[in-house]
Amino acid sequence: MREVDDEKNLRKRKTVSIALKAAVWFCGILTVGILVYILSFILIRGIPKINMEFLFGEYNSETLSAFSSVVATVEMIVISLLIAVPVGVFCAIYLSEYAKRGNKAVKVIRLAVDTLAGIPSIVYGLFGMIVFVYAFGFKASILSGICTISIMILPVIISSSEEAIKAVPDMYREGSLALGATRLRTVFKVVLPSAMPGILSGIILAIGRIVGESAALIFTSGTNVLKDPTLNLLASQRTLAIHMYMLANEGLPHSRDMAFATGSILILIVFLVNFAATKIAGMFGRLNNE
Amino acid sequence: MSDKDKIKIENINLYYGDFHALKNINMKIKTNEITAFIGPSGCGKSSLLKSLNRMNDLIEGVKITGRVLLDNIDVYKEMDPTVLRKRVGMVFQKPNPFPMSIYDNVAYGPRTHGIKSKAKLDEIVEQSLNSAAMWNEVKDRLKKNALGLSGGQQQRLCIARAFSVNPEVILLDEPTSALDPISTMKIEDLLTEIKKNYTIIIVTHNMQQATRISDKTGFFLQGEVVEFDKTEKLFSMPKNKKTEDYITGRFG
Repeated sequence: MREVDDEKNLRKRKTVSIALKAAVWFCGILTVGILVYILSFILIRGIPKINMEFLFGEYNSETLSAFSSVVATVEMIVISLLIAVPVGVFCAIYLSEYAKRGNKAVKVIRLAVDTLAGIPSIVYGLFGMIVFVYAFGFKASILSGICTISIMILPVIISSSEEAIKAVPDMYREGSLALGATRLRTVFKVVLPSAMPGILSGIILAIGRIVGESAALIFTSGTNVLKDPTLNLLASQRTLAIHMYMLANEGLPHSRDMAFATGSILILIVFLVNFAATKIAGMFGRLNNE
Repeated sequence: MSDKDKIKIENINLYYGDFHALKNINMKIKTNEITAFIGPSGCGKSSLLKSLNRMNDLIEGVKITGRVLLDNIDVYKEMDPTVLRKRVGMVFQKPNPFPMSIYDNVAYGPRTHGIKSKAKLDEIVEQSLNSAAMWNEVKDRLKKNALGLSGGQQQRLCIARAFSVNPEVILLDEPTSALDPISTMKIEDLLTEIKKNYTIIIVTHNMQQATRISDKTGFFLQGEVVEFDKTEKLFSMPKNKKTEDYITGRFG
């Protein structure tokens, strides 16, 4: 009697397990499938339209060149990271290494960080327009865009750095302090290098956010497009994402196609950044595990 | 062997919040001796060890009263913790080499204290690794990451790292509890070898270890020193009934 029960049970368990396996596979394939579909949809339409004129030419209604937008995007990535990474990492160091537990300031900072992370980007855009464009008098410019976007990526960098710093085992800190090192030296020579891969992954997320941002930048750096790339941060110049948005709405015969071409460049940039960041994280990983 | 008191512990009381972890401890630790602290878990032996180089300062909610004197200087009132910790080194229960090269691990201490010259650092690294009896094992892979070493090697590297800042006292907090018998033996040999130059205090769970290497042993129970005497005396004819019960394995 028992054996019969066992056998029934076993069969039932096998059926459930097969069904679950199928469900897992289905979801996996679905996700990858959607990604492949989106990527090929954009790349197939976009890549054939990319030509030298579009990549490096002067912008006019013929070429619809993305050159000045690419340069503006790069400027925005580099400078806003230069602003937000030090501020964010130092804030994370304060939160995780210096602040005492139950400290009121920590609660306030955490609340602020979480709130900043949840604000829709268009609200940042409005804020940036009122503060940087008008009150600070930066006008609609790359600089206004940089200031706005630096604030936007701050929460990402703070929370990922804080997680990474907290994950560094206490025994490293103890080892350093027990040799007579100060807290500061311990943080910079032992804790931060160990936390670097985690901090880098936060920076990658931040770059993704900068590259993809449109709403906040339309209000601050504007939709203007220059004939040639500029290094003047006070100029108003659109980024790639906005270039794409504008082209898609332009109504010129070939502007739709060129929007896809811009999208392809965006995707390639994101790939490149992720690739480079994995390489860099890998370098730190090797240093840590060799 | 000089007969000087290197460390004097006077009326130390230690509280973790409301918990009274050390109760009125008085001890004198002699230069060039190995002193062992034994006792069951939670008896306060590690807490006392960590009050000697003020590592307890790092734990929130700790309160310490009484005095710890290093060469008659009060380490809580008259000494900066970084200076204290340079003079009183520490080796932890779990090997904790930094995630960097073997060389950088040993050079970290001297660099911390301002030594920049490459030649001088090379010399210190070689000396320290030599004192920890592992120079020959690792001299060809100084640039390799220390985490690639075996557990026993890592612990000896940590001992070498402790040597690197030229301390006078070395505190060891159950340094062999995570290691195999052969690595343990190597470290015990090493400690008996180096005691002529250092004052060593070792916390151990292992009573055989205490008898093998230490000159004096302190038996701790519930935050108090029950008995503190020459090791042979404490283990052969303990004065206190509780000590006898513990060392004969009746509890703990």
